[in-house]
Amino acid sequence: MKVRVFVSLKNGVLDPQGRAIHHAIEGLGIDGVTDVRAGKMIELEVEPSVSDAQLEEMASKLLANMVIENYRIERLAA
Amino acid sequence: MTFRSAVITFPGSNCDRDMADALAKVSGTTPHRVWHGEADLPVGLDFIALPGGFSYGDYLRSGAMAARSPIMQAVIAAANRGVPVLGVCNGFQILTESGLLPGALLRNAGMNFVCREVKLTVENSQSLFTAGYDAGQEIVIPVAHHDGNFFADDATLDRIEGEGRVAFRYAEVVNGSARNIAGVLNAAGNVLGMMPHPERMIERELGGTDGRALFESAVKALVSA
Repeated sequence: MKVRVFVSLKNGVLDPQGRAIHHAIEGLGIDGVTDVRAGKMIELEVEPSVSDAQLEEMASKLLANMVIENYRIERLAA
Repeated sequence: MTFRSAVITFPGSNCDRDMADALAKVSGTTPHRVWHGEADLPVGLDFIALPGGFSYGDYLRSGAMAARSPIMQAVIAAANRGVPVLGVCNGFQILTESGLLPGALLRNAGMNFVCREVKLTVENSQSLFTAGYDAGQEIVIPVAHHDGNFFADDATLDRIEGEGRVAFRYAEVVNGSARNIAGVLNAAGNVLGMMPHPERMIERELGGTDGRALFESAVKALVSA
């Protein structure tokens, strides 16, 4: 089964990459974008035996750095 | 007296040889070179250095993969026993990722890789790494990094400042670091992480000697211990 872990910077953590993307969007001539935050999505293929607790452990101990990031786990239907 | 030190090499470390050279020249004893995949450190170490570089190609986050490598369990255990641990540049990132130091190192605020000599102020001249400097002394050490923007929440910053754990501060804006912090000590004072490279400034031929006192301080601390 597929699991997606979305990692995003916490509020208040400066995101220079998001800011640079924002500038580039403005360069496209499209108005109305007020903020951009960049994160990452990590897709895992796991056996059904992998528990939610194990996914939480992977996300909080490795995939995200809890000092600066939050994560959200999404299990996709097989 | 023999100064038993080790330099850890991760896949992608590139300042390990400079670090070993600096330790050998200042202490007079050749350091052990330890590969990241080993589970144990040499016995009876007086000093452990995590060098700069781009371990694991900075995959996931700088230092994130290296912090979970087998040797780091032994480094964390040694640090908790009081063995001095110095992390420079990528080594600093590995120390924050492993939880030995607070905070995190974000992408430089200006997005650019910064590679130049910078002025630092010595904030704490009492630690085993910095006793050879004077408090407030200005020194010049090169930086070379993309992710050196030190971040911690305000409560953590207030705490480490209050406890005298800021070892070095940039005397100019370099990368957007919170409160211009360039180097941080752990609570016990035996772990130092810093983005600038003192091992690149240990003799005149390298452009300066301002980094030498850091290694001399560590050697002296051992001899007098």
